[in-house]
Amino acid sequence: MSRFHPRRRRAFAMAGAFAAATLVLGACTNGSDGGDDTSAAVGKSNTDNDKSGDTVTIGFSAPAADHGWMGAITKAAVAQADQYDDVELKVAEGTNDVNLQISQVETFINDKVDAIVLLPFDGAAMTSVARKAMDAGIIVVNVDREFDSPFAARTTVLGDNYGMGVSAGTFVCEDAAGATDKIVTEIAGIDSLPLTQDRSRGFKDALKSCGLKVSNRVAAEFTVESGEKAAANLLQAAPKIDYLWNHDDDQGVGVLAAINNADRDEFTMIGGAGSADVMESIRAGDSVLKATVVYPSTQAADGVKLARLLVQDKAMSDLAEIEVPRQLKLSAPVVTAENVDQYLPSAFRS
Amino acid sequence: MTSVQDPSLTVPTPRAREPRGSVGLARNLGLVIALVILCVVGVVTAGDRFASTDNLITILRLATVTGIIAVGMTFVITGGGIDLSVGALVALSSVWATTTGTQAMADDIGWVAMVFSAVLVGTVCGAINGLLVAYGRVVPFIATLAMLASARGLAEVIADRKTQIIRNQGFTDFFGAEPLGIPVIVIIFALVTMAGWFLLNRTTFGRRTFAVGGNPEAARLAGIKVQRHTAYLYTLLGTTCGIAAVMLMSRTTTGSSTHGTQLELDVIAAVVIGGTLLSGGRGTIVGTLLGVLIFMTLTNVFTLNNLSTSTQNVAKGVIIVIAVLLQQRIANRKP
Repeated sequence: MSRFHPRRRRAFAMAGAFAAATLVLGACTNGSDGGDDTSAAVGKSNTDNDKSGDTVTIGFSAPAADHGWMGAITKAAVAQADQYDDVELKVAEGTNDVNLQISQVETFINDKVDAIVLLPFDGAAMTSVARKAMDAGIIVVNVDREFDSPFAARTTVLGDNYGMGVSAGTFVCEDAAGATDKIVTEIAGIDSLPLTQDRSRGFKDALKSCGLKVSNRVAAEFTVESGEKAAANLLQAAPKIDYLWNHDDDQGVGVLAAINNADRDEFTMIGGAGSADVMESIRAGDSVLKATVVYPSTQAADGVKLARLLVQDKAMSDLAEIEVPRQLKLSAPVVTAENVDQYLPSAFRS
Repeated sequence: MTSVQDPSLTVPTPRAREPRGSVGLARNLGLVIALVILCVVGVVTAGDRFASTDNLITILRLATVTGIIAVGMTFVITGGGIDLSVGALVALSSVWATTTGTQAMADDIGWVAMVFSAVLVGTVCGAINGLLVAYGRVVPFIATLAMLASARGLAEVIADRKTQIIRNQGFTDFFGAEPLGIPVIVIIFALVTMAGWFLLNRTTFGRRTFAVGGNPEAARLAGIKVQRHTAYLYTLLGTTCGIAAVMLMSRTTTGSSTHGTQLELDVIAAVVIGGTLLSGGRGTIVGTLLGVLIFMTLTNVFTLNNLSTSTQNVAKGVIIVIAVLLQQRIANRKP
């Protein structure tokens, strides 16, 4: 240090302080960004069920937030829990390591939580530990990826993957208005996942009812990079397209980039999952995106709400039934420019 | 050097200047301190929820998979190698042992068939790694990177990227049991660790491992078949991967091509903070065990305190650096 000239040392200190300030400010600005829009997505029920009851401790575990939709899942669950002063939510680290996720559930069991809301990385692999929790008298609410035993969860909240395909296909049919010569293409997600197969099956079935079929289909991997790659190939393969359904709005960022690079705008694109960015461009109407199909990112928030009701022995107030149902399958509505304002508040940021 | 010529030394290290007993202790002292600090943090922040038998068992159960492989990895790294394919070998072994074919065989002759095929697949793949590195003269990093890609790919092909559920009740019952309150998988972890310690510190095999890793040329001149020994080391690691796959199968009751993703990083990190030199020639099983326990306790403390992934990863990195710095400080202090 002594070999530094004092003035130079001061200059170093100044530069260092400036750099530190930039980093800190940058980190803070980023942190406060986007934190607000998810709380708008979830709300209380506005019924007698909102009345504060016994404190409910809920353990929550989900896969790693390496995908916009998955990140939104946890954010919404936390925002939902924050709205109830009788809910204490313990959020375990998001992980794609089943061994670790199992130990998180074991920790919840040791802690004697009242309920566990679990979105498993792999439904089958988490079944036995969920069963263990149920046996220990803890209410387990399974979200999105189903266990393979009915004894492992009290209630299951699921998105409708087949329904997403049907919604997208029906939108195409209505838009085509009877024409059977339209070229329909599809960019799927990870092809080996049952959920992707369900979506594609629903799409195919809906198109069949109006005499259309998928002429080109490629699969991506739910990431921006894979979306760009798959779309670039698809656009090469199909010089003229009328409709393009992309299963996932996160990979859709890459798909749109490829479309812009190829300078194509002769077709109508339909998204999937329902990210806020996609809904905003649907509202603006300045791109090929004309619609998207919602796959609710508030599933785990619903799981938290249901877990609270179950522990407090309450029922769903709009049903005549006095118990919380065993399974809820959420709807997969189509969002277009006409109804986008209704869905935008509950959309997630990718 | 003396170590090679005089096989009667219990733990010969190429740096024979260091007096043995105190250094072994000093090396692990940093780790013990780190672990104690973590436990204190755990007790202060989570109280009885941390300091309970149930929680201890939760930590140990979590540690089985990483820990068993880390024992094998200690041998390979001490022997001057590295293996990046361990996570993929766990996936492949778990998938192979849970196919409809293997499960049908298990129904006929007992669940041992599943254990046997998992361990066999791990061992064979480990042997392939060993042959490539020792006789094919492929750099370990590349040979095992190739194995990582192809083993996980093969697992995906066999499983068709689906999760295979274990239907055999005998298997789940045996490995799910808890005699005297200690889970069977934790007992197996303890046995593997003890066997590893004995093999490394009390046998000719162990002494040869240090010699091969410390200075292969000197080891060769001393009459050790370096190539054959290297092949044995990778095979041994493959076997531990197979055993770890059985542990993971028991915990998840499934076999899947996604099992063990990025496991290699956790394993290597645990071995290295345990004081095993990446350049070979020095390594301890006790250090490795402490390294594994530090990571698992860290994860546990974070889960108990409701902290996020990202914070945890930062803490992991900081702990690795602190533990290694502490070790260096203590080990370099002249007695």
